[in-house]
Amino acid sequence: MREKGRPEAALSMKAAASWSVTPAEPYRFRPGDRVAVRRADVPGHIRTPWYIRGRQGVIERICGTFPNPEELAYNRPGLPAQPLYRVRFRQADVWPDYAGPPADTIEVEIYQHWLEPA
Amino acid sequence: MTQPSGHHHDHGAAGAHVHPTRPDDEGPLGYYQRMEIAVRELLIEKGTIDPDDLRRTIEAMDQRSPAQGARVVARAWCDPAFKARLLDNGTAACEELGIAMGPTKLVVVENRPGLHNLIVCTLCSCYPRNLLGLPPDWYKSRNYRSRAVREPRAVLAEFGTVLADDVEVRVHDSTADMRYLVLPERPAGSEGMGETELAALVTRDAMIGVTTVRRN
Amino acid sequence: MRSHHDMGGQPAGPVARTEHDYAFWEKRVDALMVLLSSPKHRLLNVDELRRNIEALPPDAYDRMSYYERWISAICNTLLQRGAITTDELARKMTEIEAREGAA
Repeated sequence: MREKGRPEAALSMKAAASWSVTPAEPYRFRPGDRVAVRRADVPGHIRTPWYIRGRQGVIERICGTFPNPEELAYNRPGLPAQPLYRVRFRQADVWPDYAGPPADTIEVEIYQHWLEPA
Repeated sequence: MTQPSGHHHDHGAAGAHVHPTRPDDEGPLGYYQRMEIAVRELLIEKGTIDPDDLRRTIEAMDQRSPAQGARVVARAWCDPAFKARLLDNGTAACEELGIAMGPTKLVVVENRPGLHNLIVCTLCSCYPRNLLGLPPDWYKSRNYRSRAVREPRAVLAEFGTVLADDVEVRVHDSTADMRYLVLPERPAGSEGMGETELAALVTRDAMIGVTTVRRN
Repeated sequence: MRSHHDMGGQPAGPVARTEHDYAFWEKRVDALMVLLSSPKHRLLNVDELRRNIEALPPDAYDRMSYYERWISAICNTLLQRGAITTDELARKMTEIEAREGAA
């Protein structure tokens, strides 16, 4: 699953660890892993934008573990906390009619339960 | 939040009464303005919130401005070790400069030759408000939120920022717990300038990524 | 089905670079949110606020100003949490209308 030529992953694991909430689900992915965003059409409060569902990208960095906002939205604790990742996508993979150069990218923060290995 | 000690304001600005001198408080009140007053007065009457806390929250809000972010950017341009810490942990580095970041988890993304970063929040209006103050209206607008992810170069051009095709445009959609600040490129010809002078060049829009920093 | 607020990639017009100084009542709404979600109170959290904003019908979402959406969502969250009741709110809003006038 891992790719060569890794993103520069500026955010240290130390920062991510200091921000993390516990107890948390274990990390399933590491920077460089290829992932697919789950396709799901459900009601509720969801922080995975519609446009990115079903798209494939690469884990750019680990952000830490945070209570699940889908549960917090109903005043439930959202624990165990979900690992949160920044995922980098090629714009051309997100928008079939993307007008810019092929090197353009977009990064989105996505909680682990929305990601599958790709 | 820091409590001012032994210091009393007798104008409880955010308190139970409405200041008539503010233009927005004059004339007939709209439905949602009445709702705001009602909710606030109910919470104060019940003892749920302290009007002084509300006043202090507004005062703290008024203290924040893009000047704080500009100071951070100028320091990063002048001090490579600080810049490394800023890119490593934006929150901790800003706090080094005495900026109260509250719960903000700040990620700083660096522009460099061949890479330009742009920040948006498509789902709502996430913004590093503890650092930069409240966002501009356009950042929260339907047009910016809709288009910045799909046609970033067209949006940038509307702000006068036209980038060559060999510059990667990297959009950051703030969807969750991180907040983002663009570290712009230091402008050419600014080599002799000091930190204060440099900070004066750094604009809010450049720290959102819709523009670049130019030497005046 | 895509929610109305989830607008990334939707067709839209030029970005109107409008700005305004925040009105005092808007700052009070903002401060109320910050205060109520602070560790001292924990009377609402930002995801509850967002859920209540997202629950607005599309035409209301577009018609209402930013801080109108916020105070509506703050109010709904406090009702859901039981921090205030509908009856208290109704009486208070009527009292304010009599006291301050209404548009």
